[in-house]
Amino acid sequence: MSIKIGNEKYDERVEEGLDNDFMRQAVSSAQGRFRSGKQKQADELGNWEDWRTLGSEIRTHTLENLDYYLQILSDNVEKRGGKVFFAQTAEEANEYIQNVVKEKEAKKVVKAKSMVTEEIGLNDALADIGSEVVETDLGEWILQLDEDPPSHIVTPALHKNKEQIQETFHNKRGYEGSDTPEDLGLFAREQLRKDFLSADVGITGCNFAVAESGAITFVTNEGNARLATSLPDTQISVMGMERLVPTWEELDVLVSLLTRAAVGQKLTSYVTSITGTRLAGETDGPEEYHLVIVDNGRSKILGTEFQSALHCIRCAACINVCPVYRHVGGHAYGSIYPGPIGAVLTPLLDGYEDHKELPYASSLCGACTEACPVKIPLHEQLIRHREIIADEEKDTPIPEKALMKGFAKWASTPTAYKMSAAMARTAMKPWSKDEKIENGPGPMKGWTNSRNFPAPSETSFRSWFKHRKKEEEVK
Amino acid sequence: MTIQNRDAFLENVASHLGRNRRTEGVERPKWSIQPQFDVFKDHSKDEMVDELEAICDVIHTDMKRTTKQNLHKTLHETFTDLNGKTVIASSDNRNVEFGLDTFYKNFESSGGHVHLWNEDMEEENGLVAERADIGIVFSDITLAESGTTVLFNNKYNGRAISLLPHSYVALIPKSTIVPRMTQATKMIHERNLAGDDVASCVSFVTGPSNSADIEMKLIVGVHGPVTATYILIEDA
Repeated sequence: MSIKIGNEKYDERVEEGLDNDFMRQAVSSAQGRFRSGKQKQADELGNWEDWRTLGSEIRTHTLENLDYYLQILSDNVEKRGGKVFFAQTAEEANEYIQNVVKEKEAKKVVKAKSMVTEEIGLNDALADIGSEVVETDLGEWILQLDEDPPSHIVTPALHKNKEQIQETFHNKRGYEGSDTPEDLGLFAREQLRKDFLSADVGITGCNFAVAESGAITFVTNEGNARLATSLPDTQISVMGMERLVPTWEELDVLVSLLTRAAVGQKLTSYVTSITGTRLAGETDGPEEYHLVIVDNGRSKILGTEFQSALHCIRCAACINVCPVYRHVGGHAYGSIYPGPIGAVLTPLLDGYEDHKELPYASSLCGACTEACPVKIPLHEQLIRHREIIADEEKDTPIPEKALMKGFAKWASTPTAYKMSAAMARTAMKPWSKDEKIENGPGPMKGWTNSRNFPAPSETSFRSWFKHRKKEEEVK
Repeated sequence: MTIQNRDAFLENVASHLGRNRRTEGVERPKWSIQPQFDVFKDHSKDEMVDELEAICDVIHTDMKRTTKQNLHKTLHETFTDLNGKTVIASSDNRNVEFGLDTFYKNFESSGGHVHLWNEDMEEENGLVAERADIGIVFSDITLAESGTTVLFNNKYNGRAISLLPHSYVALIPKSTIVPRMTQATKMIHERNLAGDDVASCVSFVTGPSNSADIEMKLIVGVHGPVTATYILIEDA
């Protein structure tokens, strides 16, 4: 797997998502749960906006001085007995990790959930050299047994129900128990514990590296990252190059934002910071430690108007508020990064060619921007993507180009910015017909004359999409 | 070579940022706002203990309050409740201070088994941790807001003690309580500045392990411990 999932066309993926009633219901209820959890935490703090401001300042400063902090980080990891490999591309990262695994003659590798290793296609690379890779996050393990891609950053198997999981466990591992989540979880615990105890190499991602001391931090609830970093003799952490903070003090702020925004917890069960190899006298923890720092297209985003997309801390708060995600689910995006942040990041990392529909998988209601704990202006970046795509595509109707420029300008004004999704919906009501805006005001008029503009609605996505598709076919 | 490809990689980063590479002289700015220090700012230790007790309900953790004098009795009850026959414990220097050495002796003479983490017994440490009913450690710093025990894992307190056994028991001297993660990370930051190496593993442990990966339904006890008990000890 790489950042791109499958070869189906966007339209087909969307239709599949819309036809999957269980998935749609599960997504909708998960979104509700995540959102209310996050809201409760924000309310309890009482000054969530101050936290967001601080988070945004920290991310901005760190990215602006990324080369400096990566140097400090790598120096400190080295001081603590670790090896550091800077990988410009996915291939370089995979090759380095393959070599470590080969050198260790490792038969079994345990992995803790990591988006960046999905992005670079590490599992396939390890399968190529004949090593068995076991995903140990419960959701990821289910997907691995079933050979299915993740559909949500935080709960990757959200689209599966317990009966399907029971059947998968039965078919692949001879499970005979009930379909209650407890029994299924217990079975996974027993099965995976054996893997942890017999693995030669543990591979994890990295939520945040701490430059000042070389610590790599993992945020989990299950404890699989703790096991993967405590038991195998060799540990490899793979990090996207932007995932670091200057000092432990900033780690506090970003972890606090992450756990609240992601799952509505003050802290997850485990926040674990490991530094280098085990020290003298210690009998667990890795004897050999590798940190692989991955660029894979990120540097191209630096210095551009999209730089703040690299501020993302992978909490999925934007996904949990997105009305489009609610209707189509994660797989429709065709990327391991779904939802608004996926629609922004995927074309940046993997090019517009395969992903030019993604910036349109949004109603531009701005809920994502409001939800982001580090204040990435997601919907503005989606508009910029559309503008770029419209500029590049010669056959795009002229009015769209004009509209997008005008709309971007309008949307970037403070007044528009302050409009919540609800307000935007009310404001547009007079022009809404069947939840589609057919005769939009001002700058939208030119665009809505040639195609219908989606109202910030959550009820008629299917009809809007059908309509839109028809127009595409006519074109 | 322990660091590979660094210069080319960081030169590329700097060039995309539109400037020369920075290798020194970067200072953290003064952040415009620091809301993290406001949480429980004026709380007394007792108020923080109350906060801890309240959050324990949320994190599926059983909290007991005791005193140094009554600690043996509380531990005995806890071990009985958890049906704990085999126990693995850190060889913490606080064991003697809190009278755990004599408690463990009594526990063994009544048929229990206690393994104290031992840097010279690598294999046994792992084997006992894997089959132990209870892993018991002292919390080094305790976070009232989130109900978190902070452990500096080292050769006396192996990572496996708080990870592999069925039940996690944390001894929390009241003096270790601070408002939130902010105070713990500030301390680590200051020690690091002073030249003290950070522990090879800092574990922030909040209750038992859990997952919501199947239909968003909470499962308590996935890879780590299935139950968690905090024993708060009046030590001041």
